[in-house]
Amino acid sequence: MSNPNPPTVEESHAAGSNINPVQNKFTDRLTHVLSDLGRNGIFIALVAVVVLFSFLTDGILLRPQNISNLVVQNGYILVLAIGMVMVIIAGHIDLSVGSVAAFVGACSGVFAVQWGLPWWLAVLLSLVIGALVGVWQGFWIAYVGIPAFIVTLAGMLIFRGLALVVLGNANIGSFPTEYRALGNGFLSNVFGEFELDPLTLGVGALAIVILVVQQVRTRRGRVKYSQDVEPLAWFITKLVLISAAIGFFAYALASYKGIPVTLIILGVLVLVYSIVMNRTVFGRHIYAIGGNRHAAELSGIKTRRVDFWLFVNMGFLAALAGLIFTARLNLAGPKAGDGFELEAISAAFIGGAAVQGGVGTIGGAIIGGLIIGVLNNGMSIMGIGIEWQQAVKGLVLLLAVAFDVYNKRRSGGH
Amino acid sequence: MTNHILEMRGITKTFPGVKALANVNLGVERGEVHAICGENGAGKSTLMKVLSGVYPHGTYDGAIVFEGEEVEFKDLTDSEAKGIVIIHQELALSPYLSIAENIFLNNEQKGAGGLIDWNKTNFEASKLLARVGLKENPTTKIREIGVGKQQLVEIAKALSKRVKLLILDEPTAALNDEDSDHLLDLILHLKGQGITSIIISHKLNEIKKVADTVTVIRDGKTIETIAKQDVTEDRIIKDMVGRDLEHRYPDHTPHLGEELLRVEDWTAHHPQDTSRVVVDNVNLHVRAGEIVGIAGLMGAGRTEFAMSLFGHSYGSRISGKVFLRGKEIKTRTVAEAIQNGIAYATEDRKTYGLNLIEDIKRNISMASLKKLEKYGLVHDNEEYAVANEYRKSMNIKAPNVLVKTGKLSGGNQQKVVLSKWIYSDPDVLILDEPTRGIDVGAKYEIYTIINRLAAAGKGIIVISSELPELLGICDRVYALSEGRITGELPVEEATPESMLKLMTMEKPR
Repeated sequence: MSNPNPPTVEESHAAGSNINPVQNKFTDRLTHVLSDLGRNGIFIALVAVVVLFSFLTDGILLRPQNISNLVVQNGYILVLAIGMVMVIIAGHIDLSVGSVAAFVGACSGVFAVQWGLPWWLAVLLSLVIGALVGVWQGFWIAYVGIPAFIVTLAGMLIFRGLALVVLGNANIGSFPTEYRALGNGFLSNVFGEFELDPLTLGVGALAIVILVVQQVRTRRGRVKYSQDVEPLAWFITKLVLISAAIGFFAYALASYKGIPVTLIILGVLVLVYSIVMNRTVFGRHIYAIGGNRHAAELSGIKTRRVDFWLFVNMGFLAALAGLIFTARLNLAGPKAGDGFELEAISAAFIGGAAVQGGVGTIGGAIIGGLIIGVLNNGMSIMGIGIEWQQAVKGLVLLLAVAFDVYNKRRSGGH
Repeated sequence: MTNHILEMRGITKTFPGVKALANVNLGVERGEVHAICGENGAGKSTLMKVLSGVYPHGTYDGAIVFEGEEVEFKDLTDSEAKGIVIIHQELALSPYLSIAENIFLNNEQKGAGGLIDWNKTNFEASKLLARVGLKENPTTKIREIGVGKQQLVEIAKALSKRVKLLILDEPTAALNDEDSDHLLDLILHLKGQGITSIIISHKLNEIKKVADTVTVIRDGKTIETIAKQDVTEDRIIKDMVGRDLEHRYPDHTPHLGEELLRVEDWTAHHPQDTSRVVVDNVNLHVRAGEIVGIAGLMGAGRTEFAMSLFGHSYGSRISGKVFLRGKEIKTRTVAEAIQNGIAYATEDRKTYGLNLIEDIKRNISMASLKKLEKYGLVHDNEEYAVANEYRKSMNIKAPNVLVKTGKLSGGNQQKVVLSKWIYSDPDVLILDEPTRGIDVGAKYEIYTIINRLAAAGKGIIVISSELPELLGICDRVYALSEGRITGELPVEEATPESMLKLMTMEKPR
């Protein structure tokens, strides 16, 4: 009973119908653009942060090498953010991902270096171990009913401890080349040496084409089912802007070392998980559970099973992040993954996920992660110390969520 | 010669779209026990919330005169300062604190230096416990004592506030007979000490036992105030239900088909207190095209029956058999129940029925996503089309199906819930309080939808606390009391009076 008389739709709709038609059409479009901008506020925030730091760093931030670094240095956080936002949408949290990443990294060191297994087998085994960690945590959360906060807090300690056990108080290093490519490999010079890598440019162009085709098809489909679509001019403007961004990004990568392997992994993950969250029954069940667990249960959704698989998936992605990080450092050490969970959680929340669950997107989490990445890189370039970087990132998280809360209150939501 | 401790004059309270109280007058004499009777939703609780300041002065019209002076309460603390204490049906005790701590919550017994004096706290508490006849150590935790004793702790707490007017909202609803008797005796005992009580109840036998005066409220209006010597069960029942029943329900001619659902010997126990029977050996059946009502007072086990049937969503140690078209089916999980053709629309839309932060479309598809799946993906344009169909056919008032359900009015939310279940294509729909919190016009629409479903050959079970509604739309009604079916009548033979008798029928002891 927080709000005894929220305005109902009939009322607000009825009020809107008094405006004369000409004005109505124009304001309609304007409202659409504005509400679209409001919904994609996070995107604008990313642009703003990029612009701000380009100025503060005299353009150094946008140099090809730094753009490439943005992906490579934050790739593992972005991988974690994907799993984390799913967990958060369902109304849980996972504090253990940093420790799990360290644990799996250590295991992979044992497999690939100490036992000398082939790199692909080491990677596969490590991913399986990550999924098993998820099985363990998912069991306690979904079937025993212990809050995820507690289970994963315990997991944070357990797997940090196990990582040290596996490492036996030493670092494991010198991984095989193929393994290391996960973290710092590039796909380039496939067609010989050029000033601008043609493969990267080609992939960039392909991405733009796929994006445009997919957007146009979606729009056509919606028109066919006589749904409302956004004004055509705005639709085209958006496509042009996004295409330009991709083009610039591809150009930057092409003039540096080419496509980072981490980016390929990320691209596949984003694509697959976006489809999972938007278009599969499993994904829709996650949103339903986060929005109202009781209603989901009484609609026949097997909430425990969904919770369980969410954590298995999180374990898998934590393992993948651990591999990428280990590969990048070429070292499995005891401090690996320290604070990853906090950055991944921040990314999800900055990206618009709701603390109570039910709201959030993969894309939002990725952009949230990129904002953190730009802050990291930008401030490093400026020579700001780690202590202030921490403080600034904390402040950004707080403001982002405060903005979200304010926005919802204004729109009369919950 | 009247000596009123309390007079409420011309109280009118309006909620958006609903007039909950219309010009209600209530006079309570000093030192009496005054009972307030009325059906669920008649306005009893609203009246008490106005009196106790839950609805502050200014949000209602009319005047409250307490002990000869006009009062304007801003909140509960205000009314408590004057000596008016309300004890709600859901007790407001903190389970992990001790009895003494609960009694003096927000009224802590402080000693030197502003620190809590525990000896004094416990000593004072034990004096109060003696007054209410509760033999428990004041340091015992609330969760370790039963509901009956908790009720007594609430009264002790009221006494600690130097209560002059004690209001009890359905105090015996959750109590067994022994505890009820003890509580009623205590009320009479306190009356001897000069404490005036208002007791809200619909249990006629206990009203006759304790009340000096009875006021009946119906549809937000005072019907009459009856003195003890004139109180009869028939008169109260007539006052409670007597209303114009015409033209509030659409015409309905049943075309009954085969028997769809049969439930045999359905029994369920309380989820925590697994020895307590909540649903007691219920047998019922529904035919195709039939609208069957289940009537029962609060706490009779209506919702508990429906939810235990629907995927064992309530209760423990559930037993009994369910048959669909003569074939036994299992309903152990909600998914299984849905699969076997049963749907249940909950009485509490907002907590159990809808995802309020999602749009109409996704709420409608929530229980049937599998139907929209194609090559492992949800066909979202198809989903939109389906939702749009329901928006039109159910007359959901929203510009499109992308509106969040949290922004809809109660009636439209209920239409979304019904759409969700109709789309799951069940054989039997159980509708729990389908018109609760919905205005009159939307109620009519919901009834029309129910008729349409019956005409399409579905079996419908309607659970409602509004007797006129059940008698207006059903073909046959069951009465439920204390978890048992106490009677079954075709609607032609059912009258509000006969139903209320069945609904208040107690277990033979």
